[in-house]
Amino acid sequence: MHKIETKEINLHYGNFHALKGINLVAKENTVTALIGPSGCGKSTYLRLFNRMNDLIDNVEISGQVLVDGEDIYGRKVQVDDLRKKVGMVFQKPNPFPKSIYENVAYGLRVNGINDKKFIEERVVSSLEQAALWEEVKDKLNKSAFELSGGQQQRLCIARALAVQPSVLLMDEPASALDPLSTSKIEELIHTLKKDYTIIIVTHNMQQAGRVSDYTAFFYMGTLVEFNETKIIFTNPKNIQTQNYITGRFG
Amino acid sequence: MTHLESELQQLKNNLVEMWTLVKNQLSKAKEALVTEDKDLAREVISLEKRVNSFELSIDKDSENIFALFSPVAVDLRLVLAVIKINNNLERQGDCAKGIAKFVIDIDSSFDKNLLTITRIIEMFDENIVMLNELIEAFEKEDGIIARKTFKRDEFLDIINDESTSIVANYIRSNPDGAEQALQILSIIRKLERAGDHSKNIAEEIIFYAEAKILKHEVKEKKKK
Repeated sequence: MHKIETKEINLHYGNFHALKGINLVAKENTVTALIGPSGCGKSTYLRLFNRMNDLIDNVEISGQVLVDGEDIYGRKVQVDDLRKKVGMVFQKPNPFPKSIYENVAYGLRVNGINDKKFIEERVVSSLEQAALWEEVKDKLNKSAFELSGGQQQRLCIARALAVQPSVLLMDEPASALDPLSTSKIEELIHTLKKDYTIIIVTHNMQQAGRVSDYTAFFYMGTLVEFNETKIIFTNPKNIQTQNYITGRFG
Repeated sequence: MTHLESELQQLKNNLVEMWTLVKNQLSKAKEALVTEDKDLAREVISLEKRVNSFELSIDKDSENIFALFSPVAVDLRLVLAVIKINNNLERQGDCAKGIAKFVIDIDSSFDKNLLTITRIIEMFDENIVMLNELIEAFEKEDGIIARKTFKRDEFLDIINDESTSIVANYIRSNPDGAEQALQILSIIRKLERAGDHSKNIAEEIIFYAEAKILKHEVKEKKKK
């Protein structure tokens, strides 16, 4: 059983056919990069996995999205439970207007956990996993907004990790960051994959090469090519993929 | 260690493993010649498959690092150097294999005096020392150690240059031993070529460690 699988996914925004029969699998503890020009459907595809598209009007979805073999669009699925299992990190860091500590503890508290010791342990371990602990351990009660952009993004990753998901979705997580912060996020992604299955949308081809095990190239709502990243970047089978990764279009 | 650093370290480790294999090939080829051990010579030939397999995988790994990590500066020089060192090592493996083939073909009662007068054993030893020093230079990123190779290669060139007249004189005095003398001369030529490959490798190590390009420079300038 694959960690994540989509079968014949079609998605329409009103009359616009945004995803056209997508079949894709992601193995556990791997990083899969979704690449393609703007409007190709990669972010729409990413948002399927925590049902973020449900929030948009006039969306119609057919096909199956399986996480751990379960159809997450099934009637019995509670979206809140799904989002505990499938965490998400967005393009721009979006910490809550709270302290660093409370940002990470937030997910636990809204899930009804009040045990102080438990929360503290989880906050520390999440910050450590997000490679942020050493930088913030002496100012946990300071506002999250006092952190740099790169630190804020790692705080958002820690916040996502605190509820112990098994899947992490990342939508261009480093595109708003400077090169050093980007490098830290990329190293973090590489480290986190031993515990998580990660799907990342990126416009940065080099980033896809550096961080991912598998790459999916989307174009106009179609999955053009999916393969091991090293094959996509050394010998893509499809001419459109080659033209995109070599910068000839898109 | 970053992801790229660990990939580069793995690439270096694989190259050093291949290097050690080629060095062993050459040591065994020498021993096979001196002891007339044809089984050992066959072993040298069979090791060639492993060397070739290393060459292919190091090439592939280097290609992947270029494609996936876009290395720059010292990392870029390292991968470029690895590709060229890889190629030279494979050719040195071919030299060892060629020598082993001569050992298998050579008449077992060949005149051991040929080994002494041609100084062929000194050539083997010098080649092995060069390989050892080059591994050390590569691992320590030390251009000074790498430069020792240039002098050693000149020493090999001198023995090689002298060997033609030595062998010619030998044949004049021992017409019946002409065939074996020519076989020894062929081995000398291969050992001289192996030295050239070591010299190329030294240039690549200096390029990697110091960002200096020494190829095609005059000999005196190169030693600096």
